Amino acid sequence: MTPLQKVAASFLCALFALIVLATFLLPAHYARQFRDIPNAGPSSAHPLGTDALGRDFLARLLYGTRVSLLLAPAAALLATLIAAVLGSAAGLLGGWFERIVLAATDLSLALPWLFLLLVVRAMLPLDVPPLVSVVIAFLMMGLLGWQASVRVICAAARGVRDSDFLLLARSSGCRPARLLVRHVAPNLRPLFYAQFFISIPLFILTEANLSILGLGVMEPMPSWGNLMRGFEDFSTLSTNPWRLTPLVLLVIVVMCFHLVLPSQEVAQ
Amino acid sequence: MNETQKSANLFRLALRRLVILFGLGLVGALASATLVRFAPGYGVTERDLDPRLSANSAEALRQKQALNQSLPAFYFHYLSALARGDLGESDSLKRPVRELLRQRFPVTGNSVIRGLGVAWLAAALLASLGLVIRGWFFEASAIAFNSFLLSLPSAVVAMLAVHLRAPVFFAIAVAVFPRLYSYIRNLLIRAYDQPHVLAARARGLGSGAILLRHVVPLAAPPLLALLGVSFAISFGAAIPIEALCDSPGLGQLAWHAALSRDLPLIVNVTLIVALVMLVANSLADFAGRTFAGSTS
Amino acid sequence: MRRVWIVLALTFVSCWPAFAGPQTADHSGGELHFCLRGEPKTFNPLLVEETSSETIRYLTGGVLIRLNRQTQALEPGLATSWKVSADGRTIKFHLRTGLHFSDGTPFTSEDVAYTMKALMDPQLHSPTGDSFRSGEGQVTVQTPSADSVVVTFPAPVAGLERLFDQVAILSAHSPKKEMAVLGPFYVADYAPGSSILLRRNTNYWKKDKEGKPLPYLDSIRLDIQRNRDIELLRFRRGEIHLIDVLDAEYFDRLQKETPAVAHDAGTGLDSEFVWFNQVPTAPFAENKKAWFRSTEFRKAISMAINRDDLSRIVFGGHARPAFGPVSPANHFWFNSSLPAPQYDSAAALRLLAQAGFRLEGSMLRDSSGNRVEFTVITNSGNKSREQMVAMIEQDLSQIGIKVNLVTLDFPSLIERITRTYDYEACLLGLVNTDLDPNSQMNVWLSSAENHQWNPKQSKPATAWEAELDRLMHAQASATSDKKRKADWDRVQQIVAEQQPFIYLVNKDAMSAVSPAVVGSAPSVLDPHAFWNAEVLRLGADPALGAQK
Repeated sequence: MTPLQKVAASFLCALFALIVLATFLLPAHYARQFRDIPNAGPSSAHPLGTDALGRDFLARLLYGTRVSLLLAPAAALLATLIAAVLGSAAGLLGGWFERIVLAATDLSLALPWLFLLLVVRAMLPLDVPPLVSVVIAFLMMGLLGWQASVRVICAAARGVRDSDFLLLARSSGCRPARLLVRHVAPNLRPLFYAQFFISIPLFILTEANLSILGLGVMEPMPSWGNLMRGFEDFSTLSTNPWRLTPLVLLVIVVMCFHLVLPSQEVAQ
Repeated sequence: MNETQKSANLFRLALRRLVILFGLGLVGALASATLVRFAPGYGVTERDLDPRLSANSAEALRQKQALNQSLPAFYFHYLSALARGDLGESDSLKRPVRELLRQRFPVTGNSVIRGLGVAWLAAALLASLGLVIRGWFFEASAIAFNSFLLSLPSAVVAMLAVHLRAPVFFAIAVAVFPRLYSYIRNLLIRAYDQPHVLAARARGLGSGAILLRHVVPLAAPPLLALLGVSFAISFGAAIPIEALCDSPGLGQLAWHAALSRDLPLIVNVTLIVALVMLVANSLADFAGRTFAGSTS
Repeated sequence: MRRVWIVLALTFVSCWPAFAGPQTADHSGGELHFCLRGEPKTFNPLLVEETSSETIRYLTGGVLIRLNRQTQALEPGLATSWKVSADGRTIKFHLRTGLHFSDGTPFTSEDVAYTMKALMDPQLHSPTGDSFRSGEGQVTVQTPSADSVVVTFPAPVAGLERLFDQVAILSAHSPKKEMAVLGPFYVADYAPGSSILLRRNTNYWKKDKEGKPLPYLDSIRLDIQRNRDIELLRFRRGEIHLIDVLDAEYFDRLQKETPAVAHDAGTGLDSEFVWFNQVPTAPFAENKKAWFRSTEFRKAISMAINRDDLSRIVFGGHARPAFGPVSPANHFWFNSSLPAPQYDSAAALRLLAQAGFRLEGSMLRDSSGNRVEFTVITNSGNKSREQMVAMIEQDLSQIGIKVNLVTLDFPSLIERITRTYDYEACLLGLVNTDLDPNSQMNVWLSSAENHQWNPKQSKPATAWEAELDRLMHAQASATSDKKRKADWDRVQQIVAEQQPFIYLVNKDAMSAVSPAVVGSAPSVLDPHAFWNAEVLRLGADPALGAQK
């Protein structure tokens, strides 16, 4: 690890610790409205001011960070699992199955999946608590975001299939299940880890994009994307620059992830 | 095998591939039609909330709307019309889909091509400059800049583009550039470290000459493949960016079609998008494979 | 030497429009530029249902009677005078003579007859036509002469004259069909998805006081622009001259920069309200249905909502607490004796206690011990509605009620409230364009489709809904406005007592008009900023002059 990577890693760790402890640090509940001071500037009671409804911006930022940072890995995990199963099965079995999986992957990139998100939200029962609906939103992202990893994993699995050691193991009468567990999985595992870590920042960004479009996390629950919805009005940003903090934090975190991650070579 | 036979073979192969792609595109289009048909809110319009309409009229209009009630029938009609080159009429805009696509496609195509051009130019320039300069400071700042761009949510970039009055292609370029840059840079570095390039350097050849004469030819095949992939990426990025910037292209049309549950429109837009993406991807595959075969 | 001449000539040619500009500006009003928020779905004035088509109809259509958007009085249009018969079934128009459509076709009573017949065709299903329908039977149109028309309806139509403000007269003979118009402008060019160009109709009948032909403007360019932020941005840059409907947050922003361009015409007709689903077959728990059917429950909710905070925070003060179906902006029909709603959570709790609810700790429970909790749906992408729900959530938490918010895209939302009834409460707004209570017939009749809280009842579910039905029918068939007003006042009172719709605020009618536009007078009624488009003209404004 280079020193820079160490700095990035420790920043991420500190941030994770902070958001876990956020409940104790918050100046106020994220949804509590101080109606006498909407759109206030920074003060000692509200270090980052308040939003249009008078909610403490720092509390919303911290809570939103928690939502984004804890749920993005969950989505990444789901996506990597799907990609791992599909990709390695396609790579190992080859033939028609591989072709079908790869074609489906290509195709699913072209489908209107933004619309799918919209539909799923409209079909969910209405009386779910906000937290559950947020979790569902992230799981949906995970379900829909596996395509990029499939190609990589499939290619790697194909490599394993054609490798000498597998040939050797197979010729010595190793059963398929054992083959998979003892030989194939250990070879692909580092790739799975890499894919998992690489997808975390991607899902952080996806959440931001979706929430800005109004398809992500729902009010009053904050998230990075949600807090950035007000950016459409850039002119007020110049007078209250502290509103930019979610974007700054997001960019720093994603950059840190890029730094800490194994080089992009593995990913692509 | 003589030359004509060979080219005939190749042609047949390409044709088969094209047919498969078209079939895939159709599958995608019909899948999205199914999705829209069964999405909540299909066949509902804001008209349902118009208190001026009498019960009779509301009912009659609803009957009219229920034309695409049965999905297999819709599939059948759509496919048979498509075979005749007829793309149908949009439910919500009441205009032929072909006309809508003809108006919108050039807008998107234009932004994508310009965006790609800018992104490629910038990425290639920056990457080769990095090779020629080879200073740690330049490299570090290039990487930092690249990583910064990668970390910006594209919705924010689109909003920024709107605010700065930058055209849509600018946002596309910003979205595509960082992906291109890191890939091109890695390719060039790898090519640079090849033995014969090292030998050329040892012979004292100028860095510009090395780049042009040895490095570029070596990196050309994967770069060609990258061209296809980057086209698919930028086309994919254009859709949400256009929807967000309200640029009258395919993306905005797709978004409108989805929100108004416009079956004939969404089918065709998906078909077009899927075909463009699939063709770009498979051209990339093809280029990568052919050139890889010829160089090894 | 020759080259120099060519250069000079070219310079002159390229400057020529600049020289020509100021001279022509004397008698022409230039090109007004503003945005439509969606693609107009039709250019046929009879089929208009949404705002964009309505805008086109307003600017291009010639009508017999025009409602003055400022005075709320009726003014002669193509008809110089009219008379409604004592039984309210027949209206007789006396038409202007010597008029021509935009394409030169002469205008006669035949055109009016043609338009009315087309409009009342039962196969047309036009919202405009349906508002004339009061009973079964045929509408007959007679043309005793080229300048008079008599229209007879099968049953009395309440507020008959006013409805003609929406009827743009078509030509019976013009080969250009509905594109031949009698209004101040005609559609000259249409680029789908991007813009519409309207040009001055030189055959328009109206003249100003000095006898100059109207309109002053040469043309109007309407850009189709869905995104309101972009619209505002373009206004600020001087690319467009007006924003007809301005949201409160944008209003404040504009006012901070250039106070002169932001216009608040005062409380408008639009209202925002929330209602509970009282449909007996709705797919949710019976105990919740019992709450929603309880008048005390609805009144308590209404009392526990702080409407002043809503209008102050969500609308920046550009809204007024609402308490009935009619906005005070509707001078004649508003019932001014209704009591203003009081924000009082203690009183709300007392009322809830009467209905068997009790507060345990910080949770309100009903008589069988269920926690009171419900979900409000609203349409996604509407910031002020999301904010209103967030505020209501905090208000109701004071009386122990938990509120969840779910935003849905419009088609899904409409499906839920009109077809599946799978929702508990809904917050929406109503855009009111018509002042007359008759336009709300389909809202208040218990058998109607837009009786949102419990639509299409075969028999009124409650005594007060039966009373509403009776009153609505009574006002529709009464011929004197005084009698109608009495009935309609009673309707407003019942609604205030029963709170089937819990009205929250009436938004102000706000618009933005560039200082370059001379003669603008934004009004409360729709359209706000360009209702007097025929007398608008563009003055000298450096910002806009530059791009001409």
